[in-house]
Amino acid sequence: MDTFIQQIFNGLTVGSVYSLFALGLTLVYGILHIPNFAHGALYMVGGYITLMMMTHAGLHYVLAIFISVIVVGLLAVLMERVVFYPLRNTPPLQDKIAAIGIMLFLEALIQFIWGAEYRSMPTPFGRVVEFLGITVTTQRILIIAAAVIIMLLLYLFLKKTMTGAAIIAMSQNREGAFLSGINANKTAMLTFFISGALAAVASSISAPINLVFPGMGHLVILKAFVIIIIGGMGSIPGAIIGGYILGFSESLGAAFISNDYKDLIAFILLIMILTLRPKGLFAREVQ
Amino acid sequence: MSVLFDSRFLSSALLIFSVLFPFLTDNQYFLHVLSLAFIWAIAVYGLNLIGGYTGQLSLAHAGFFGVGAYSAGLLMVKGGMNFWPALAAAVLITTVLGFFVGLIALRTKEHFFAIYTLCVGYIIYLIIYKWEGLTEGVRGLIGIPSPAPIGPITFDTPQSQYYLLLFFLVFVIFIMKRIVHSLIGRTYMAIRNSEELAETIGINAMKHKMISFVLSTSFAGLAGALYASFVRFIGPDIAYVNIIFDMLTYLIVGGIGTLSGPLIGTIFIVSVSQSLQFLEELRMLIFGPLLIALIIFYPRGIAGGIQSLLHKRKKTLQIRKGLRQSAAVEEGK
Repeated sequence: MDTFIQQIFNGLTVGSVYSLFALGLTLVYGILHIPNFAHGALYMVGGYITLMMMTHAGLHYVLAIFISVIVVGLLAVLMERVVFYPLRNTPPLQDKIAAIGIMLFLEALIQFIWGAEYRSMPTPFGRVVEFLGITVTTQRILIIAAAVIIMLLLYLFLKKTMTGAAIIAMSQNREGAFLSGINANKTAMLTFFISGALAAVASSISAPINLVFPGMGHLVILKAFVIIIIGGMGSIPGAIIGGYILGFSESLGAAFISNDYKDLIAFILLIMILTLRPKGLFAREVQ
Repeated sequence: MSVLFDSRFLSSALLIFSVLFPFLTDNQYFLHVLSLAFIWAIAVYGLNLIGGYTGQLSLAHAGFFGVGAYSAGLLMVKGGMNFWPALAAAVLITTVLGFFVGLIALRTKEHFFAIYTLCVGYIIYLIIYKWEGLTEGVRGLIGIPSPAPIGPITFDTPQSQYYLLLFFLVFVIFIMKRIVHSLIGRTYMAIRNSEELAETIGINAMKHKMISFVLSTSFAGLAGALYASFVRFIGPDIAYVNIIFDMLTYLIVGGIGTLSGPLIGTIFIVSVSQSLQFLEELRMLIFGPLLIALIIFYPRGIAGGIQSLLHKRKKTLQIRKGLRQSAAVEEGK
């Protein structure tokens, strides 16, 4: 029973990170219909910037995350301006290839600057606490709390502010949004900023329990695609629910089936879903 | 002058050059690099068939390359098989696997297809990596024998292996040429341009996508099996996603959806990377932005760029000729 509760808690931690990361991906897909393969590279850059701010500039963990969020957000905006904006009217094949190009470039760049070795990130939240009969580090509690707070803030922003409503409107109906005077460029840039910022937060809070290295985004981006397909491409609640579904099935699968093959669970889930529903689980009607 | 750009003339000149190449150089290293490029080009032709001509971007082809390589390698090392039956079996295994993957994958469209196949590729990599009992996992498979002799012809020198690979490459290009210039090729392009439109004129899109996909996976499997026997060592890395991104770079640089693109792109990038070897992993610092710039400014790569240049030239020549003729007619009046 203890293992079960422990695994539920682990699933909650991992699922929080997945949800945050997948949210950015789904937001960008929702308004621009780009499957942003470079999103995993943003995650990786976010981890590195937080780490380097801490070890080289000697900043506090929280402050380092804040800088990382700004930098990666701006990087995402730059990406939209330089690459995706010129490609907005081309066949979908080209966006995908361009996104892959960005990913390859960013990975090579980080490796060029900081090398290929695996690094661990120190954290001020390393204390171990007893909690409901299980032992957890405060870092894991921080991950869950931060993720929930950020998701709530994002929800309020999207539902209660005009700018947030513009993003929702553009994902619901592009032409309709333009007709009602929404500035497409501004909205696209803002969405990319949010998606980059979310990727930076996700990697910065999860890096102390994982490791930082140039290929750290590969597995995460694949899983995030699985999540947003489970939750419906472009759907915001879908990304959150999908993230936790994957988090729980992975941590329970690792404990009760096989730790070696736990990374396969996501893909088996995806194959099952796409076999039954080729357009995803909660696909929206085609307009 | 225009005869120089005639495609038949150009391809026979290229063929003669590649046949004579081992006599022109004593440098074993060049021969090795070019042989390796031939293997990759075969796989990239597969990717071009499904991605370039049929418009379905499959990101599972590194996985199929790995399946081909490991099937051939395992059959030879652990099964004690001769090279030729192992090669045939490897292609068959990859094709059958491609059929079953295609059955499910092709029900999805566009982005879903790309993501789905990327995941399939990753699963293949993970299985190769984790299934140590069969594949030796991260240690890799060593001691794969080189191609067995057929009668008096042996394949133990770099020159003879070069010719063997050249033979397979020419064979693949020949098949591709026949497909592209046939009704089937036109059908694929119709599906690429618009699946709905193709279906309204009575094309069974699913069937044709399926044939194209299965054929393209068998090319990848063939390339993999040849790779195993040529390099004689394989590790799980050959099925990793980086390999599919490499193949995609070759294809985009050469020209996606063109017949000569895969060959041009692969030979160009493989030889450039060999001369930039001090950069190793960092070559993507150059190729990443190159990929993006090409896709924005020259979406059809080197081959596509040359094609449209020649096309324009031909057109201006025709216009000039037309003008001259009409002037002559005017004078005659």
